Amino acid sequence: MATITANGGRRLVDTMVRARELSILAALIVLVAVTTAVNSSFLSSQGVKDIFLNASILALLAVGQTIVVVTRNIDLSVGSVVGLVAFASGKFVLGHDRNVLLVLVAGMAIGAGCGLVNGVLVSFFRVPALVVTLGTLYVIQGADYFWAHGQQINAADMPGSLLELGNGSVLGIPYLPLITVVVMLAVGHYLRSYPSGREFYAIGSSPDAARLAGIPIRKRILTAYVCSGVLAGLAGVLWLARFGTVVADAAHGWELRVVAAVVVGGVAIVGGLGSVYGAALGALLLTTIGSVLVVLKVNSFWQDAIAGLLLLLAISVDRLLGLRVTRALRRRNVRHGA
Amino acid sequence: MSESPPILALADVSMAFGAVRALQGVSLELRGGEIHALAGENGAGKSTLVKILAGVHRPDEGQVLLDGTPQDFHGPGDAQQAGVAVIYQEPTLFPDLSVAENIFMGRQPRARFGRIDRRAVRAETARLFERLGVTLDPDRAARGLSIADQQIVEIAKALSRDARVLIMDEPTAALSGNEVARLFTVARTLREQGCALLFISHRLEEIFDLCRRVTTLRDGRLIATEELDGLTPEDLVQRMVGRELDALYPKQDTTPGEAVLKVSRLTREGVFTDVSFDVRAGEIVALAGLVGAGRSEVARAVFGVDRYDAGGVQVGGVRLPGGSPTAAMAAGIALVPEDRRQQGLVMAASIERNIGLTGLRSLRRGPVVSRKAERDRAADWAIRLQLKYARLSDAVGVLSGGNQQKVVLAKWLSTEPSVLIVDEPTRGIDVGTKAEVHRLLSELAAQGLAVLMISSDLPEVLGMADRVLVMYEGRLAAEIPRAEATEETVMAAATGRTRQEAA
Repeated sequence: MATITANGGRRLVDTMVRARELSILAALIVLVAVTTAVNSSFLSSQGVKDIFLNASILALLAVGQTIVVVTRNIDLSVGSVVGLVAFASGKFVLGHDRNVLLVLVAGMAIGAGCGLVNGVLVSFFRVPALVVTLGTLYVIQGADYFWAHGQQINAADMPGSLLELGNGSVLGIPYLPLITVVVMLAVGHYLRSYPSGREFYAIGSSPDAARLAGIPIRKRILTAYVCSGVLAGLAGVLWLARFGTVVADAAHGWELRVVAAVVVGGVAIVGGLGSVYGAALGALLLTTIGSVLVVLKVNSFWQDAIAGLLLLLAISVDRLLGLRVTRALRRRNVRHGA
Repeated sequence: MSESPPILALADVSMAFGAVRALQGVSLELRGGEIHALAGENGAGKSTLVKILAGVHRPDEGQVLLDGTPQDFHGPGDAQQAGVAVIYQEPTLFPDLSVAENIFMGRQPRARFGRIDRRAVRAETARLFERLGVTLDPDRAARGLSIADQQIVEIAKALSRDARVLIMDEPTAALSGNEVARLFTVARTLREQGCALLFISHRLEEIFDLCRRVTTLRDGRLIATEELDGLTPEDLVQRMVGRELDALYPKQDTTPGEAVLKVSRLTREGVFTDVSFDVRAGEIVALAGLVGAGRSEVARAVFGVDRYDAGGVQVGGVRLPGGSPTAAMAAGIALVPEDRRQQGLVMAASIERNIGLTGLRSLRRGPVVSRKAERDRAADWAIRLQLKYARLSDAVGVLSGGNQQKVVLAKWLSTEPSVLIVDEPTRGIDVGTKAEVHRLLSELAAQGLAVLMISSDLPEVLGMADRVLVMYEGRLAAEIPRAEATEETVMAAATGRTRQEAA
């Protein structure tokens, strides 16, 4: 008897997590259906391609952010890292015909460096993540502005191979979403199925218990930040490849869009719960809303407000569901346990 | 039983935190197939000793010996590797992860490519639960498990590590009677399987029930290690406190006055039903029952922290609006909550600030709170309750459990209530302070305060209460006057074996 009901308890939590991913999918479908009914060109192959291209970078950042957020931390510096890496890579390839792979590696290395700084400060010096990454956000941004000094990288000066990465495709599928999906699946699989991956969730779920379980907390948090940094670096190169033209404030303010995408995607901001798939879907939803507003000729300034509303909705729903699930589980204990 | 060599031992261990000498030259031997008790008041050094065994602290002097060889534990991981497992009073689990994941976190069985073998994790967990003789679903999330079940998960975790030494730090403090019985069965099973167990409890009868030998600490020093056979509880108490206790339950006889608190047909759906009782001035009424029977929930509803669906609460003949602690406080009710760390105190704030919290209005001089009035009030209460502290500006977090409880009491008594509700007033408090808290409650009642005391500690209920109300599954199952209250009558009602309706 107890086994059966307790089973239900686990299912309840599972369903809750999966329900989030499904409800985002449902919201996406409704959104797309309604918009297509108003303007049939929305679902043209070019329109769909655009949405996926636009969502790729945000989703990539959301995947990185998820790793950090499940450990009960946050990385606000990603927007600045994207800006820095986009500009640095632009400088790097300017007038040379650099190997694309080399550019990617260089970009990710810069991102890893930034992530390392964040990670060391958060995990070894125990400074709250919010403060650390807010600090590095401004430092990186400032350094980037100083360096760029009003210069601009122009698409015309870009090597073709890099622009091909941003706008080309293989078998009709653009490279950008392909890269994002591969990264997402890899990270998702790692977090779910590997012992060290589960430890990220364990740390976010209860840091005290994690310490007593002998989990290398500092190492994992450091890893989370380095991963987030690397993915931000990758996103920076992809940004350059996609847009070609880059000024210093590329991806300015994106850190909050990323956090919004992650939370809308069902990753608990207090850690321990959520998946990269949900986060990526959250990014896709936010991007789609942006495109829909353009198609429906709504002033694009509304985009931020709507993203904010979604965020509030997501957090309220989480809170409500969380309370109900906890209460349901408790009641089971009283009736059958003990 | 022949003496087996100790599996884990401490030899002449000393440890200091700054100027405080937590342990001085303490030795301890834990043998396989034996349950060893560790007794001592709070602050005697029990927790420090446990933390040394668990590898959380490293002793300043002396050695930790495993099978006779000195060990150097650099962290909890090392101790675990060595087969030492600790069950803390409040287990630390990962609420978001499944029970099975909780057990195997950090050393999951692997399938191909180093992935977690989920099936093996689940099967292994089920096997462990079978060995412990409990039914828990490996797949459910740890969130919402009762403390008793959380401890079972911790024990399963220890077993899965092939732990040979199991240390239980006050595991029974938050458990109800049958949960304690289940835990003891598990402990005895492990003893038969050759584990060495160290058992810590403030409840002496549990020590006598379960253990063979006892080591007593006082003020960080080893007082004695001896067989429990031939020892009386009074002997043990004397070793712990170093003096005879006047009486653990100094109940003064009082003549109850008018009914001050009247609770009539209080109901909250799914939690408690049709609860009616009153508490008269000068009377201590105990609310007994198993954990989860709805006792604390009734108290919270009476105080207005939680809403109720039907019924009413009257204080001094005036009906209280439901769901308003402010109104309850104004009417003269004070609630000393169960969990002093979470609900009773602001741990990081000073003693004076904590005591002042309930009276910020009365401490006002003009629009601002007067620091001096706050300090005076705190100093006054500190003396009246014999609080042990260094400075009133010290954070409450540095005080011992018993003194923390006194701060909570001071905080509420300073509102000059007519009804005092105390929820588990002496949980996790050492024997000496416990007697002081009891003396205090008894005095307060004698001065005409109506006291409603919720307690899982049966001797405390029997020793202190003028009347015992017993709850069972959300209902009042019995009302037992002091003269008839015995362990049997109370437990029978608490487990639903008798069904005599409350008056």
